[in-house]
Amino acid sequence: MMDFLGLLQILDSTVRLSTPLLLAALAGLYSERSGVFDIGLEGKMLGGAFAAAAAAVVFGNPWIALLFALLASLGLAIIHAFASITVKGNQIVSGVAINFVAAGLTVLLGQSWFGRGGRTPQIGQEARFNPVELPGADTLSGIPFLGPIYRDLISGHNIIVYFAFLMVPVTWWVIFRTRFGLRLRAVGENPAAVDTAGISVVWARYRAVMICGLLCGFAGAYLSIGLSAGFVQNMTAGKGFIALAALIFAKWRPLNAMWACLLFGFLDAVAIRLQGVPLPVIGAVPVQFIQALPYILTVVLLAGFIGKAVPPKAGGVPYTKER
Amino acid sequence: MKHQLPKWVDYGLIPLLNLITAFLVAGLVVLLVGENPLEAAYLLVRGAFGYGGGIGYTMFYATNFIFTGLSVAVAIHCGLFNIGSEGQAYVGGIGVAAACLALDHYVPWYVTFPLAVVGAAAFGAAWALIPAWLQAKRGSHVVITTIMFNFIASALMIYLLVEVFKPAGSMAPETRTFETGGQLPKLDWLFELFGTSLGGAPFNISFLLALAACWAVWLLIWRTRLGYEIRTTGTNPTAAVYAGIPQVRTIVIAMLISGALAGMMGLNPIMGDQYRLQESFPAGAGFVGIAVSLMGRNHPVGIIFAAILFGMLWQGGAELAFDMPNISRDMIVVIQGLVILFAGALEHMYRPALSGFFAGRQRQPAGAAAPASGEAG
Repeated sequence: MMDFLGLLQILDSTVRLSTPLLLAALAGLYSERSGVFDIGLEGKMLGGAFAAAAAAVVFGNPWIALLFALLASLGLAIIHAFASITVKGNQIVSGVAINFVAAGLTVLLGQSWFGRGGRTPQIGQEARFNPVELPGADTLSGIPFLGPIYRDLISGHNIIVYFAFLMVPVTWWVIFRTRFGLRLRAVGENPAAVDTAGISVVWARYRAVMICGLLCGFAGAYLSIGLSAGFVQNMTAGKGFIALAALIFAKWRPLNAMWACLLFGFLDAVAIRLQGVPLPVIGAVPVQFIQALPYILTVVLLAGFIGKAVPPKAGGVPYTKER
Repeated sequence: MKHQLPKWVDYGLIPLLNLITAFLVAGLVVLLVGENPLEAAYLLVRGAFGYGGGIGYTMFYATNFIFTGLSVAVAIHCGLFNIGSEGQAYVGGIGVAAACLALDHYVPWYVTFPLAVVGAAAFGAAWALIPAWLQAKRGSHVVITTIMFNFIASALMIYLLVEVFKPAGSMAPETRTFETGGQLPKLDWLFELFGTSLGGAPFNISFLLALAACWAVWLLIWRTRLGYEIRTTGTNPTAAVYAGIPQVRTIVIAMLISGALAGMMGLNPIMGDQYRLQESFPAGAGFVGIAVSLMGRNHPVGIIFAAILFGMLWQGGAELAFDMPNISRDMIVVIQGLVILFAGALEHMYRPALSGFFAGRQRQPAGAAAPASGEAG
């Protein structure tokens, strides 16, 4: 159907497109494993993306921009934590609220500060995260098959891409091999037992939600000063929800989340290329169908037809200490 | 937390305090972009209620929000959080458009209208069926499935608009414009009754349908056996099962009603304003329904008031954006978010303080009759 280099190109854009999904999915993993549902991933990413772009315009430095993205996203995460942990409000409602506030505020502030209909000005190379050439990418490219893979697929992404994929084993290790992770999972499954052991449920959940905010900040910064050069209105375009779908698809496990995000990123990468191209056996597939596929697959999974997705037991339930 | 608060505090004071907080924070946002919050508030209210056309638009938007607010409320009474009203309204549009496209050449609007209502309700309900069934039968969380169905709906609708509904030779993803048989009459006589004029506002008779729907929902939830079963399933599913209430059936029916109400929202913009089915016509009304239902305490009367409040924000916000260059229409989205945050997620924020206050006040006069205060907990 297509040659080797064409395939490499698709896989390369798969990696690029799945990076924000992966960061957001891992973010959601921390929060939801601790028993706090988060449908506000989208809003936090959007807030992070805007903060990064705005700071990049002002300071001209990607690292300062990243810092602002982290702060913005963390701020929204703390609101979510306050609402759903301290005040024991509805976590879904809080997530919806954060999505709205972020969607409105980013454009409102953008319009008021830069006056370009919610866009930030174009951000120059020096203020963005640029592709990193891994050592030996050019010298090794002569090697057949492996050379181009190394040069085109593995090398040449920006630093956040490598960070995102590094966070997969790190998250696995934190969640399943550390005391913090054990407690985090425990407050998501049986907070009363954790409380009995003398460990603060509230603090454990706060930390989880704050980590979630930080990772969403990375995802947002990646979108506005990594993948593109500036913020545009609603630039997350549902990625936070695809990440949520990926997280469920992955049954709340880090490694599975990576595969799910790569799958959804791949669908995104081929959707445009496949427009109007007849496929063998099934014929031409409408591009809208491929775009809807991540959501359809997640619903099918939730229906229990391909394995069963069981969320953390105490998910969505605020913990009330007994007296 | 366990102190019982007086009813007027629970249903009046707390929502009011939450709303005031939301608007105070919104005022801070206005300050942040360098405008005067009081002037902004004045412009907003004037834009929404200052003249006939403004009121007409406010009520036109409110009509949308009554439908979606009712949709969210019915589901909440059954303990289900239907975030999918947006998608259900979108798909419901197919029913409206199908009725209009088929009949508008041949019959007057009052023949088309009932069929369009049935079509809208049927398509909206159909879009809620799978999430409902999955929740009831397989325990898949309805929040997640309805979110997914919103996205699937928008992909499906774009496909249908481009490939099926779009007339040949047209570029825009929308149907052809309906003839008079597919156009609802405006409610200008209602405005003339009050001595003002509707101007060009598209306020139409689907508002009356929305009011009828409010009455029907009130009847259903509080005056019928099904409504009792819905409320029981919503407050205590385990008790409902022991009482012999069929859980699967109740959940599915509640979600179908919710979807049908969301679907009927499409009548207002499609048959009452644009006279054609357009891409993303619900424009977020489904999500506003969440805020409206929350603020209206899931009661039809509360929903009408909350819907008018949000109608005011949409209409007044549009005029505000026109008058104040620093404030774009997105201010409405911010206010919406803040209202959902403070009236929804943070609704219990003031409760501990108020409980303390009222518990203290009740104890003083009741000092002689001590046992009276003990039973509250």
